[in-house]
Amino acid sequence: MISELNTYEATKLEEVTIWFKAAEVSKFPKNGGACVKYKDKQIAVFNFTRKRVWYACQNLCPHKMEMVLSRGMIGVDGDDPKVACPLHKKTFSLKTGMNLNGDLNSIATYPVKIEKNFVYIGFSE
Amino acid sequence: MKTILVIGNGMVGYKFCEKFVAQEKYKDFKLIVFGEEPRVAYDRVHLSEFFENGDADKLTLAPRTWYEQNGIELHTNERVVAIQRNTKVITTRSGRVYSYDYLILATGSIPFVPPIKGVHKQGVFVYRTIEDLENTMQYASNIPNGKAAVLGGGLLGLEAAKAIKDMGLEPHVVEFAPRLMPRQLDEEGSKVLETKMSDMGISVHLNKATQQILGNGSIQGMAFSEGDPLELDMLIISAGIRPRDELAKACGLGLGERGGIVVDNTMRTSDPNIFAIGEVALYNQMIYGLVAPGYEMAQVAVDQILGKETLMAENIDMSTKLKLIGVDVASFGNPFTTEEEAHAIVFENKLQGLYKRINISKDGKKLLGGILVGDASDYNMLLQLQQNEMALPENPEDLILGARGGEGTAMGNVMDLPDDAVVCSCESVTKGGICCSVLQEGHETLKSVAEATKATTGCGGCKPMVSDLVTESLKSLGKTVKVRICEHFDFSRQELYDIVKMRDIQDYDELLDTVGHGDGCEICKPAVAAIFASVYNETANRQETIQDSNDRYLANIQRNGTYSVVPRVPGGEITPQQLMALGRIGMKYDLYTKITGGQRIDMFGAQLHELPLIWEELIKEGFESGHAYGKALRTVKSCVGSTWCRYGMDESVSFAIEIENRYKGIRSPHKMKGGVSGCIRECAEARCKDFGFIAVEGGWNVYVCGNGGANPKHAELLAEKVDKETAVRYVDRFLMFYIKTAPPLTRTAAWLEKLEGGITYLKNVVIHDSLNIAEELDAEMQSYADTYKCEWKEAVETPEIRARYSHFVNSDEKDDTIEFVPMRGQKMPKAWT
Ligand code: SRM
Ligand SMILES: Cc1cc2nc3c(=O)[nH]c(=O)nc-3n(C[C@H](O)[C@H](O)[C@H](O)COP(=O)(O)OP(=O)(O)OC[C@H]3O[C@@H](n4cnc5c(N)ncnc54)[C@H](O)[C@@H]3O)c2cc1C
Ligand code: SF4
Ligand code: FES
Repeated sequence: MISELNTYEATKLEEVTIWFKAAEVSKFPKNGGACVKYKDKQIAVFNFTRKRVWYACQNLCPHKMEMVLSRGMIGVDGDDPKVACPLHKKTFSLKTGMNLNGDLNSIATYPVKIEKNFVYIGFSE
Repeated sequence: MKTILVIGNGMVGYKFCEKFVAQEKYKDFKLIVFGEEPRVAYDRVHLSEFFENGDADKLTLAPRTWYEQNGIELHTNERVVAIQRNTKVITTRSGRVYSYDYLILATGSIPFVPPIKGVHKQGVFVYRTIEDLENTMQYASNIPNGKAAVLGGGLLGLEAAKAIKDMGLEPHVVEFAPRLMPRQLDEEGSKVLETKMSDMGISVHLNKATQQILGNGSIQGMAFSEGDPLELDMLIISAGIRPRDELAKACGLGLGERGGIVVDNTMRTSDPNIFAIGEVALYNQMIYGLVAPGYEMAQVAVDQILGKETLMAENIDMSTKLKLIGVDVASFGNPFTTEEEAHAIVFENKLQGLYKRINISKDGKKLLGGILVGDASDYNMLLQLQQNEMALPENPEDLILGARGGEGTAMGNVMDLPDDAVVCSCESVTKGGICCSVLQEGHETLKSVAEATKATTGCGGCKPMVSDLVTESLKSLGKTVKVRICEHFDFSRQELYDIVKMRDIQDYDELLDTVGHGDGCEICKPAVAAIFASVYNETANRQETIQDSNDRYLANIQRNGTYSVVPRVPGGEITPQQLMALGRIGMKYDLYTKITGGQRIDMFGAQLHELPLIWEELIKEGFESGHAYGKALRTVKSCVGSTWCRYGMDESVSFAIEIENRYKGIRSPHKMKGGVSGCIRECAEARCKDFGFIAVEGGWNVYVCGNGGANPKHAELLAEKVDKETAVRYVDRFLMFYIKTAPPLTRTAAWLEKLEGGITYLKNVVIHDSLNIAEELDAEMQSYADTYKCEWKEAVETPEIRARYSHFVNSDEKDDTIEFVPMRGQKMPKAWT
């Protein structure tokens, strides 16, 4: 299981070597998320319409190692955008990946860009 | 102008500055501070948070600009190397010389490193400064999946063990004593804690005398006087502290036998112009390794210099609560009384990992101390009872078991504390101080009280109690305490309900833009979703991303991220034909099936993409959504009633079906359940439900506000021997009134408990229309009944909604991480590890 966690590594914008073309913008719910498959990875992508920002993170919740985060609810904690896991409402910052209401491992976050109405996720491998 | 030099810019040295500049007379003094560390004073108590976020700035107690603004000269990275008492000057490492009128020694302590052979090998660390942590983290990153131990199973050692675990290493704790946290816990408490630790994956080795650190250059293990050596890649030493008294020693100040600068209760050392405070000071022949006494010492020194007579307290409270590591552990007062001194009352539940001990004086009047492991939520109140020698409840065991039966808690009300009870010990804030800041200074929120009094800003352990005091003080002013849903809306649910309705607000974003702040969260979104559902009777499909987990996909999410499917079976009546349909569909999609406690059938293990397929088939067979996922009507249970039963007084099944169909789909503050029994034998358990009908001679008795679940409560009688139409009308009004006025996630029983006037008031509203709203309530409920639609039917027939049900947006593949294992001829999710 831990090895599963290790397959997700946070990627910073300057580290991106591959922009993966995921899907059309319209496939993603407003102010909500959906899951993207990239190689053997599952990436949760959130269209934070209110803030006009997109976020991406691992779909795997580090609490019980379930592939569910894309189905979680998004919101903010102060200014920090976050997602609440649908299973037990553990919340994670969509910026830093940190667990905001406990001391779980951080989740990996990825850069997102929108080009010609398509959503791209940035990876370093 | 006189000059005060402060040596040491740690927690207590900083606190001295803070307290000093708060005094009016501080303008007559010049304050110069020397700190050996490269950065300004930071919060060592929360040092471990650095492991989580690597953000040193977050720990800073006050930025450099604060020192400037207050006219304090600060020299960091500048160790003081000598004190010349006859000429009253000090010399720093860079060779600069300063003279003083008063000197404050706040040099703290350093970790004690026992003289074990090999202790200087690479990979052996201590745990005191940010630099220590940086070095440790750096080393750890080079030994992925390695093993690391902490030497010392005390408060700090356990914190360090958690940090090791968070760094991804295999954590071990090695302790010389036969138990963990030997200063705080007794043997049983330690045992419970050991179990908790091993549940967290931290191995505990007790009774271990370390002989040698093994390895060639860098650490490879530890050898003990007995037993096998422990293989290791890293070690953190947390074996106690040693006061940094070297400067004092060199200039001939009085020291204790085992170190520490001797001070009296004015914090003066053997030289009256030199004070020592914090972890370097030896007071009552003790070094106190906690911030709270250090802060008190800082206050005493400030006051003494300004000519006030403040003295250090005689007895220093050493109560502590373990933080951060995910296990509650606390000990207070005297945790270890003997049988001669006190009666110890002990409660232990191995299964839940709970251990609680309280020591009661022989005369049964006072609480002397205690230990809490597994659940320390009562720590603050117990500590107050002990410190203020307050009267105990008749059965002192209620303090740890909770009052059984009856109202209220054994702890009493926070407002019963004496005014001088110290609630925040880090900042020495009393109950009186907190109440005064609310009652006289007009602070109305926890945040502004914290800013004004500094309470809660230290370790934060007193937060719940301070929060209660603020609330209670506000209440005593006659102010209704503003119940806000969350940080995004300053309104209660009832207020938001009215706002949505009156201003005709159409969706969540509009509401947030009109009366809210920020961008919402997982608390306000579902609460507002329920309001929209109630005001417009809209289904969860319209604003799907503000719905709670289960509502969003119209199904209950299960352990492995699959879902359950629960079709409605009104009144529990089902035809053999329908049973076969369920059987067929269950087999086709390989679902686990079970009869629920609500008289219907639950089918588990459906993957997201299968839900619309399954529901399409169910709908074809005449089923509808059972709303098992919603805060909505669940089931109306019924007994078989007069159609078959020899005792039945009326047709309970017919009535249950009718009523379930009437209320199905309605969203409410919490789920609602009903029951209909054909006679007073009550086989349908109607009196455990939010509403219940029982057939009696001459009509129906109507009961409301019952609850099973966590806090069972029998329903109360609303009306007796009424006919069916009247019974339904009453329940219509009752439910509608509840839906409009209850806070989120409050069942009818809990709502009634808070309703002023209770059942009598409710009867007046429902039966005698005392608020003159009955007509409105009747109409609203009727319109619900008239506009019902099955949201699953809506979902399968609308392509946009249906499209939500795929695991990936960019692939038709299903989630291949889901694993099932067989069980009794069916399947279940693979268990969590
Ligand atoms: C399936 C079922 C257990 C079973 O296999 O029998 C069940 C399953 C769950 N119950 Fe229940 N409860 C079930 C009957 C009950 C009953 C019995 C009854 O209704 O007669 C009760 C006690 C009666 C009552 O509610 O007053 C009951 C009291 C609870 C409670 C506690 C409510 C309370 O007021 O304390 C919760 C927690 C909550 O709602 O916050 C809960 C929550 C849950 C949840 C929703 C927990 C969750 O969020 O995952 C479970 C969902 C399972 C699922 O995915 O379907 N369930 N639950 C029963 C479904 C009944 C149905 O047909 O819809
Ligand atoms: C990980 C950790 C967790 C803790 N948790 C808690 C807790 O939960 N509750 C609690 O009450 N306490 C806790 N403590 C203890 C608490 O941090 C100390 O009691 C507190 O920091 C003592 O303050 P101090 O100012 O006396 O010493 P310090 O904070 O150590 O400050 C002394 C400063 O003086 C400097 N100094 C020393 N000599 C010189 C010199 N000659 N010239 C210039 N500068 C000098 C040092 O470099 C240091 O910066 C914890 C400590 C640690 C390490
Ligand atoms: S009693 Fe608890 S475990 Fe059982 S179904 Fe209800 S919520 Fe789940
Ligand atoms: S699995 Fe995500 S919070 Fe429990």
